Amino acid sequence: MSETIPSSLEPTWPGEDAPAGSGPGPVADPWSNLRRFTNARIALGRTGGSLPTQALLDFRLAHARACDAVITPFDPQSLTLQLERFGLPVVLLASAAADKTQYLQRPDLGRQLCPDSRSKWRDAAARIPACDLVVIVSDGLSTEAVNTQAVPLLGALLPRLQERALILAPLVVVRHGRVALQDEIGAACQARISLMLLGERPGLGSADSLGAYFTFGPAPGKTDADRNCVSNIRPEGLNPIEAAAKLDWLLGESLRRSVGGVVLKDEAGWIGRSGPGVSRTLPGWDVF
Amino acid sequence: MTYRIASGGKQYCFASLRELLAKASPLRSGDELAGVAAQSREERVAAQACLAAVPLKRFLEELVVPYEEDEVTRLIVARHNSAAFAPVSGLTVGEFRDWLLRYETDGVVLTALAAGLTPEMVAAVSKLMGNQDLILVAAKVRIVTRFRNTLGLPGRLSVRLQPNHPTDDPRGIVASIIDGLMYGCGDAVIGINPATDSPAACAALLRLLDQMILEYEIPTQSCVLAHVTTSLRCMEAGEPVDLVFQSIAGTEAANRSFGVDLSLLGEARQAALSLKRGTLGSQVMYFETGQGSCLSAGAHHGVDQQTLEARAYAVAREFDPLLVNTVVGFIGPEYLYDGKQIIRAGLEDHFCGKLLGLPMGCDVCYTNHARADQDDMDTLLTLLGVAGCNYIMGVPGADDIMLNYQSTGFHDSHYLRQALRLRPAPEFEAWLERMNLLRAGVFLLPASPRHALLAPKSQPIPFAPKPD
Repeated sequence: MSETIPSSLEPTWPGEDAPAGSGPGPVADPWSNLRRFTNARIALGRTGGSLPTQALLDFRLAHARACDAVITPFDPQSLTLQLERFGLPVVLLASAAADKTQYLQRPDLGRQLCPDSRSKWRDAAARIPACDLVVIVSDGLSTEAVNTQAVPLLGALLPRLQERALILAPLVVVRHGRVALQDEIGAACQARISLMLLGERPGLGSADSLGAYFTFGPAPGKTDADRNCVSNIRPEGLNPIEAAAKLDWLLGESLRRSVGGVVLKDEAGWIGRSGPGVSRTLPGWDVF
Repeated sequence: MTYRIASGGKQYCFASLRELLAKASPLRSGDELAGVAAQSREERVAAQACLAAVPLKRFLEELVVPYEEDEVTRLIVARHNSAAFAPVSGLTVGEFRDWLLRYETDGVVLTALAAGLTPEMVAAVSKLMGNQDLILVAAKVRIVTRFRNTLGLPGRLSVRLQPNHPTDDPRGIVASIIDGLMYGCGDAVIGINPATDSPAACAALLRLLDQMILEYEIPTQSCVLAHVTTSLRCMEAGEPVDLVFQSIAGTEAANRSFGVDLSLLGEARQAALSLKRGTLGSQVMYFETGQGSCLSAGAHHGVDQQTLEARAYAVAREFDPLLVNTVVGFIGPEYLYDGKQIIRAGLEDHFCGKLLGLPMGCDVCYTNHARADQDDMDTLLTLLGVAGCNYIMGVPGADDIMLNYQSTGFHDSHYLRQALRLRPAPEFEAWLERMNLLRAGVFLLPASPRHALLAPKSQPIPFAPKPD
């Protein structure tokens, strides 16, 4: 099958036969029209063979934002106040990672509660009945993501879950958590499913991307293959309203069929394909 | 066997060669995470001093990963060539470093030695070497490979054009390929990391790349970096597969976590060879590696991540690859914490790969949660250029919008080509000159908006950019 590119794609660079590079400024690339097809940094122009100043500064700004998103201190109290508006009790916990630096170097500590939180959660869990779902919120690798996406996402998701008449555990806010921490938290309150919302590793243009990972039958020793993921939750990716709909459907299927992980992915059809909101599994990847 | 050394009134004792190697390894977060790193700086140097006195022959007797449990170990033992080893068989690790740095030890000598070295020997000597040693010795070795062009010649630097797109949109991918070609990149390979690892999706990308290469008569090769089983399915279906890609690691268990073993890799290579798509040579494999992958897979056997990385090169060289690269900073700060650790690891990997006879490239890269930035990448890029690295990555603006990490951009390759007077692969350079894109090997020419690559009406490309 051979297709000819329509004429509307012809370059529209002015003065098209003028020798580029003859002026004092950077050389522009006469294919900037191709930018409409990708967010990749193409047609940046050049000065000599190097990046023009503007392109260099644009890159630095994006990188600075992404780094700031990782290291911005997480204020769990403030998030707790916002979450209390949903009418559920909120429990504040912390992982065994003492600070962000340790969190980045010791993923194992982010996968377990600190001793104080462990006993606090055990006490809280002892006072509640067996539940269908425990929702956990953590800063993960992007404080900005959890600060901006968690409340809108839960605002759309919790009413849907309540419509399903699910029994929900108290909301858990946990500092410096990794995905697998949902196993310990979910097992302690005997939840059928644990759902963790946390900031994903920021990309240059996506510092505020939230991930949602859930596990059917959470228990220590579960692996990534036992989990389901909806990722890239942010207004420019999968917006929180759509993400809530996807999660609601997936959680409903998981509970109805008592399955999770790869099995659920395969049959769900749309999950596992490329595009916003779909997980990739790469070794060493992000927040696990 | 126990290894002991006294230092400043203290006795240091290392229970095995595995422990000695780990404690002698320059500091990195992954070894601390695994609990195998030295407890102090002094212990690290003591381990290095102790390691310097270990005879190279010892590495043939004491295996760091058990023979019975690991097919990579068995491969290393089976392929060791005693005759090639002879020139250094009487040396200790420390003497081996001295020997490598001698004027008389040139590229010819080192190329002949490769089959006599095991990954553990090479890893061991690298732990004693400073960054300048790693650069100087690697620069003596040229590993030349061929498929549709000639890669790795002296004075040449090639670039993998990496036109990834988050949804594999062919228009977005073609836009990035055109950008890269206009910037003189793509001689190592035009290689896409697919967002979806299905045979149908990969087949569409393979056809797209094949069409572009044929249409413009580009002397290069294509690759869709899917899992090896996906590439096998594509080859069975008659799709145009130039190179077979696979991520590999240094232990059998880690490779299993990637869904591969030696026999599967051999099968894929045979399938690719049978297609006979190379015009200048028949090196059909493309491997990627990276320190920390074994630990990440829970398959490290208590061995440090740099030694395990060198063992991955034993896997690679079994299959006579066209390209190998270490994706050095991709894995994250729990394995390589900052720019300093990433730079060191990049130089170690390039050195070890070259000494073992591999056509080493490097994905000079980092993630946004590592303590690194573009200046660190400039530094590593420059050092690898001096060290004679075969190729680097070319990602538009150094920003991979699919894998969410920062690598090197097309402009970075021009910096290095200018600064060190490095030219593209000769066949590709001739093509760039024919296309009026490059002169004198390093200078970009002003592009006309009517350039053939930008005026596809005369050169129709299936799946090429079209309006929504």
